[in-house]
Amino acid sequence: MKILVGVKRVLDYNVKARVKADKSGIELANVKMSMNPFDEIAVEEALRLKEAGHAEEVIVLSIGGTQSQETIRTGLAMGADRGILIETDELLEPLAIAKLFKHVVEKESPGMVLLGKQAIDDDSNQTAQMLSALTGMSQATFASKVEVDGDHLNVTREVDAGLETIRVKSPAVISTDLRLNEPRYAKLPNIMKAKKKPLEIIPVADTGVDVSSGLSVVEVNEPPQREAGVIVGSVAELVDKLRNEAKVI
Amino acid sequence: MSILILAEHEAGALRPATMNVVAAAKTIGGDISLLVAGHNASAVAEAAAKIDGVVKVLHCDDAAYEHELAENLSALVVSLADSYSHILFAATAAGKNVMPRVAALLDVSGISDITDVVSEDTFIRPIYAGNAMATVKSTDKVKVIGVRTTAFDPAAEEGGNAAVESVAAVAASDLVSFVGQELSKSDRPELTSADIVVSGGRGMQSGENFVMIDEIAAKLNAAVGASRAAVDAGFVPNEYQVGQTGKVVAPNLYIAVGISGAIQHLAGMKDSKVIVAINKDEEAPIFQVADYGLVADLFDALPELSKALDS
Repeated sequence: MKILVGVKRVLDYNVKARVKADKSGIELANVKMSMNPFDEIAVEEALRLKEAGHAEEVIVLSIGGTQSQETIRTGLAMGADRGILIETDELLEPLAIAKLFKHVVEKESPGMVLLGKQAIDDDSNQTAQMLSALTGMSQATFASKVEVDGDHLNVTREVDAGLETIRVKSPAVISTDLRLNEPRYAKLPNIMKAKKKPLEIIPVADTGVDVSSGLSVVEVNEPPQREAGVIVGSVAELVDKLRNEAKVI
Repeated sequence: MSILILAEHEAGALRPATMNVVAAAKTIGGDISLLVAGHNASAVAEAAAKIDGVVKVLHCDDAAYEHELAENLSALVVSLADSYSHILFAATAAGKNVMPRVAALLDVSGISDITDVVSEDTFIRPIYAGNAMATVKSTDKVKVIGVRTTAFDPAAEEGGNAAVESVAAVAASDLVSFVGQELSKSDRPELTSADIVVSGGRGMQSGENFVMIDEIAAKLNAAVGASRAAVDAGFVPNEYQVGQTGKVVAPNLYIAVGISGAIQHLAGMKDSKVIVAINKDEEAPIFQVADYGLVADLFDALPELSKALDS
């Protein structure tokens, strides 16, 4: 089977987001951008499934501006076989992203789609669930373990009270959680090789998919800041403050 | 306006998160209906009818809803969606599993994790791990929303007298089945609804050392949390994780021990009412959000704190 993996180019994990002066969004010019960390986990899982003989081809798909090619190349350097970029300069909502993934699913017929559970920019946590709903593929979100069992998958999921295991029929959409695996680093020779791997670029208009959205961002603001507090000199002083000043214990 | 809420419950009782979602619905305004889908969960439906502000409880009793499977729950919600202007879910693992499916099946955008209601169609939600707050406006025919439970004080569990109405189940999906669960056993309160949370970070150095956190948590009747670093290092399981990619908590008192205060962690706790930081590095960013900071080696401070709480 083929595995389709979604990769999103986002503000790097270690860079602090700064709100633009005109409140239209976050400053993304001249800052480090990287692959969304949960998507790295998705790429890694796809590669491991391929290495274990469960898949023949790993395709990475990104939807975004022309620079998202770099993110796709990162996935190819990790070991994916080919890439697809659906190019758009607009910031699309998860519903539009899910519809574009569906478009690719219909063309490529993957046995599995692996997506990060959320992107660390908009923190939506929606695309995998939407893709499953739109395509009728099975859904297994927040995966911490994926086990192939014939035409079924046993997926262990991170839930609020611990772990849960569900059994889903393939093809399935899986969203990755933190503990699924530890993504590999791309080695230099593989980075060189990745430059020669096929990368198809499709302008979003050519897909014929309606990417309009009923949700718009009115403005983006800084969060309220907490006032810095006091440094106490001892445990005794801390306990006294908590008991008699803050009155929380 | 009319609002439908998917109630969450387990072991015959409503999860506290549901009361927070009712509170968010009251802020939006309009008639509030609660959907209780489960198997042999009539006690839950009766409890739901008593929540202050709820006018109707839709009770769907079917084996398909025993395990919160997303396919089955979303199909049921969609079958009822026509009568509502808003459909609300808690932004819990269970709610996040279902909400986007419902939105997609209704061909509308999902609105994740709202922390405030500006008007019936405009909401505030954190983005970039809470480093920015986006005001978003929806023109969709129905607003499908995830509610960050810590942002809304819970509705009273008593005071309502809603009618309970049975609704028909939707055929269960044959694509998915529940196999089992492994729930963490703890005598401590649940992390997201506890009044006090004591969290440990990388500075704890090992899972064994979390015993010191447990001891203090027991004395304060607090829940135990952890930073992503402590989870990544394997000290504690993932369900302890507080932060952007884990749980969001806002207790009355949050005690961060050996946690440096990465932005991803702050995203999960900075709305706590009182924050205490114990860290030996006085430059640690956690001190910038702490009401009370103690610069100390946690291996000295924790035993001392434990002793001080006895007196």
